[in-house]
Amino acid sequence: MPTDILVDIEDLHFAYDGRPILRGIDMRIPRGRVVAIMGGSGCGKTTLLRCIGGQLRPSGGVVRFGGDVVSAMSEKDLYRLRRKMGMLFQFGALFTDMSVFDNVAFPLREHSALPEGMVRDLVLMKLEAVGLRGAGRLMPSELSGGMARRVALARAIALDPMLVMYDEPFAGLDPIALGVIGQLIRRLNDALGATSIMVTHDVHESLAIVDYVYFLSEGRVVAEGTPDEIRTSRDPFVHQFVHAEAAGPVRFDYPAPTVGDEFLGGRRHA
Amino acid sequence: MPDLFKPIRRLGHAAVERIWRLGFATRFLFAILQHSGMAFLRLPLLLREIYFSGVLSLVIILVSGLFVGLVLGLQGYETLQRYGSTEALGVLVALSLTRELGPVVAGLLFASRAGSSITAEIGLMKATEQLKAMDMMAVSPIARVVAPRFWGGVIAMPLLAALFSAMGVIGGWLIGVVFIGVDDGAFWSQMQASVDFRYDIVNGVIKSMVFGFAVALIAVFEGYDSAPTAEGVSRAITRTVVTSALAILALDFVLTSFMFRGTS
Repeated sequence: MPTDILVDIEDLHFAYDGRPILRGIDMRIPRGRVVAIMGGSGCGKTTLLRCIGGQLRPSGGVVRFGGDVVSAMSEKDLYRLRRKMGMLFQFGALFTDMSVFDNVAFPLREHSALPEGMVRDLVLMKLEAVGLRGAGRLMPSELSGGMARRVALARAIALDPMLVMYDEPFAGLDPIALGVIGQLIRRLNDALGATSIMVTHDVHESLAIVDYVYFLSEGRVVAEGTPDEIRTSRDPFVHQFVHAEAAGPVRFDYPAPTVGDEFLGGRRHA
Repeated sequence: MPDLFKPIRRLGHAAVERIWRLGFATRFLFAILQHSGMAFLRLPLLLREIYFSGVLSLVIILVSGLFVGLVLGLQGYETLQRYGSTEALGVLVALSLTRELGPVVAGLLFASRAGSSITAEIGLMKATEQLKAMDMMAVSPIARVVAPRFWGGVIAMPLLAALFSAMGVIGGWLIGVVFIGVDDGAFWSQMQASVDFRYDIVNGVIKSMVFGFAVALIAVFEGYDSAPTAEGVSRAITRTVVTSALAILALDFVLTSFMFRGTS
């Protein structure tokens, strides 16, 4: 495996209660890049992210992180590996019984024996990076959605991870917060020299900041490319997704009997 | 044609489901015991949970203990008066409380006040992905969240039961001695002579420890196993209170049948 590949996914399968979610995913995420994984709701994006983080064990295939096989690790090794990863959850997942400061300090206090003065300086630096140095004393219930997401981002990068994973970082944000978070993701990735994987279905904001995009549908990679390639793609799936069209290979309606059968079926059989 | 075996199949399915959950709860208990080191090494975590489970339950425990003692005093006096042995009121109140009512009623109150709160807190942490976030930060939620709450409950419960019994005795004394006029000396001396430390008090403490263990395990398990939705958490809280109450009463019968066989 070339050393510039941080995350290497080969023929990844995952099934839940016998129902296949991922059906043979192949992906290579190079170091230093921001990569987006896009697709409709329920296509397996978040499941893929959780397989990369080792929270779910795949039913087939391999996930490698820096050459180590994540899917075969013991819990102890997984925990050692996760210190090199940061994750931003969909709605922040801040600890509601801790202040903003304590949330960001949490990974530092848990994984290092740094003196409290140094923890304070590091936390303030991380909060400064997301523009919230003055919000340390606030509780999560006092934050707006965008602020909570930024605090969670500061917490995710507290240990200067090699890989930062974002699960729907733009969900439920207003346009200003959305732009701020998008720029932060790019800026922090470059400043930290990290690699970022972003699961999202927010096309336009993502294409503005990422280096590469994978499109997932029904557990498979159906298209991939750079943002420019995606914008000009003639692939029907990509076209439907990027231009938000109701008609196309992705069905909007849940499978159902035909309208005729549904409404007239009873009378016809009478 | 109606499916005649459907009720039997459903019954079987429900039985298998219960047994599966019992097995899961047992594995969960082993996981807690395995991850308990942090709870004891980092005392502030444990003290915080003892405060939330124990200190914050004090008001309901003390007030309930007092009222139970008052009622015991009234009812006991009423019955003892018929046999002309009202000076045995202290014995009746103390034995009822230390052997049975202290551990059982304090256990039921503890399940309603602290158990439900532990389940709600862990369930909501699960629903808002806080447990997953902790796990992704390489911090075990069982070690950091579950084990301190479990041991906090286990430690707080016997102390609460002891305070409940003490308040109950004071309630019985208030009614019997202060209001009705039973002899003060007879009340205390008969109690002192008839309540055996090993047989009555230690057995009562053992009961409250067993109840504390059961309630704390049920509370943390139901929270951790709850469906991550508002409805799921609400159902888990209900299950905590109902299962804890049944467990306390069933365990009380089992323990009583082993501890007190009329040999004293």
